[in-house]
Amino acid sequence: MLGETEWAIVLLSLRVALVAILVALPFAFAVAWILARYSFYGKSLLQALITMPLVIPPVVTGYLLLVWFGARGTLGGFFNDVFGLTFSFRWTGAALAAGVMAFPLLVRPIRLSIEGLDRGLEEAARSLGAGRIIVFFTVTLPLLLPGIIAGTVLSFAKALGEFGATITFVSNIPGETQTLSLAIYSLLQSPSGDAAALRLILVSVVISIVAVVASEWLQRRLSGARP
Amino acid sequence: MSETLSVSVNSQVGSFPIAADFTAGKGVTALFGESGAGKTTLLKMIAGVTRPKQGRIVIRNQVLFDSAEGINLPPEKRRIGYVFQDARLFPHLSVKNNLTYARWAGRRSEGLPYDAVVALLGLQHLQQRSPATLSGGERQRVAIGRALLSNPSLLLMDEPLSSLDHSRRQEILPFLETLRDQTGLPILYVSHEIDEVARLADEIVLLQGGRVTASGPAEAIFSRLGSHDDAGALVTGIVAASDEAFGLTSIDIGGHPFQLARLDFIVGSKVRLRIRARDVSIARTLPEAISIRNILPVRITGMTSNEGPDTDLALDIGGQTIGARLTRKSVAELDLKPGDNVFALVKAASIDRSVLR
Repeated sequence: MLGETEWAIVLLSLRVALVAILVALPFAFAVAWILARYSFYGKSLLQALITMPLVIPPVVTGYLLLVWFGARGTLGGFFNDVFGLTFSFRWTGAALAAGVMAFPLLVRPIRLSIEGLDRGLEEAARSLGAGRIIVFFTVTLPLLLPGIIAGTVLSFAKALGEFGATITFVSNIPGETQTLSLAIYSLLQSPSGDAAALRLILVSVVISIVAVVASEWLQRRLSGARP
Repeated sequence: MSETLSVSVNSQVGSFPIAADFTAGKGVTALFGESGAGKTTLLKMIAGVTRPKQGRIVIRNQVLFDSAEGINLPPEKRRIGYVFQDARLFPHLSVKNNLTYARWAGRRSEGLPYDAVVALLGLQHLQQRSPATLSGGERQRVAIGRALLSNPSLLLMDEPLSSLDHSRRQEILPFLETLRDQTGLPILYVSHEIDEVARLADEIVLLQGGRVTASGPAEAIFSRLGSHDDAGALVTGIVAASDEAFGLTSIDIGGHPFQLARLDFIVGSKVRLRIRARDVSIARTLPEAISIRNILPVRITGMTSNEGPDTDLALDIGGQTIGARLTRKSVAELDLKPGDNVFALVKAASIDRSVLR
């Protein structure tokens, strides 16, 4: 089975991916909501901006993160001064890279489920005396949950496997920024690493399958009331 | 009739102007019009979903909307139960949680008791079910129950039967009649189905092209509704006697007996009959040896012909009006003129309902 270092790699990867998605989720929901419900000047620009990480080379995204969020970057300095949060060569930077890369995959399913929601249900709820906020939590959000879960799992898998932007932004530091993909890459570079690499490959496959199966099960349960 | 709802709005939806003025009292007010006449838009304005450009909407002295005073209550503060064409049950909640939504999410606890509403609409065995497993008729009944349990001061019903087939409609109509007769809740009922209007309406508001073209008691407005074939009149009478041997019920209409297949209304109750103009013929003299049982002395009060072969007569029977549709040729041969006293031969009539008031 897995040795101590290998467990550490798995746990680090899970932490990076989970933190990335949990932090990105509220922003992704807000963006999805705005894109689905409002039309405004510059909407297509925002849409293009959100899609960018999907289409530009991950190395370029990593480089841009390095420029903006690095120790001397404008945003990097801001976060360091205001929140005491450093990204460069830290696991937090790996989480940032993973979150940015996974963001479009998080937004899309949520946006689709918001667009697919029958707004008549919200009208009906309000006619029954519930204000906007209560309607959101009793009708809107429960009906969006399957879409939110789909987006979360998809982007979690993406965050877990992120490679290009991470290695460019925060390098490949064992114990700090070396996630599963980076570790597998390093092991494959060394002549004796094949067996260890195979074990990590199996682990990452298992994690992905478990995540997908769990999300299917959760979605079925949540929409159990429906056909 | 006490006035419950008063609407006076002026608006523009796209390129479609809406200018409506009407009031509605207790009982069922039918908002009747062809599709595209602006019925649903008007309901949305009353419910607070759509904001009219100008106007004033008042329910029982509470101003819901007033453009001059800048009042526009949000939907959740209007206390208006809204039954939609497509039920709109919350798919993630059980029937019971749908029914009680206004209580747990809308904080409306007073009003009709839960058990009474469930019994009234026959929902006892459906409570634990999921909306997806319900039939169209059941879904609509749950939607009506849900609206009732929000303790509304007015119920809006937007063609609640239009998505149902004929037999499902027949399943729901009695519930609506019970609702009207037992709760005393004012109901604004949108429909373009003349049968529903005949059965349910106390008052009719006729909407054409975004404007109210007529409004008043159902009996007075009814003859103006509907297409050629369905044109008819509503007449009220009192159940006078019941003939067990021949299975007939006699109804007194303005002093004249009118016989129908036996009804289970008790003698003395008021009923409303719907008589289609095409089921009425005219004779100059009292015909003899004829199978038609209902031959009523009437006076011609009006005649209208259009380009077609028909002439529509308005006939006075003891103060109420029925219509007759004759060919122009018959009118010419019999030399019928307004003011003439003639006999109306009524081939068929349907009882739409008993009138409790």
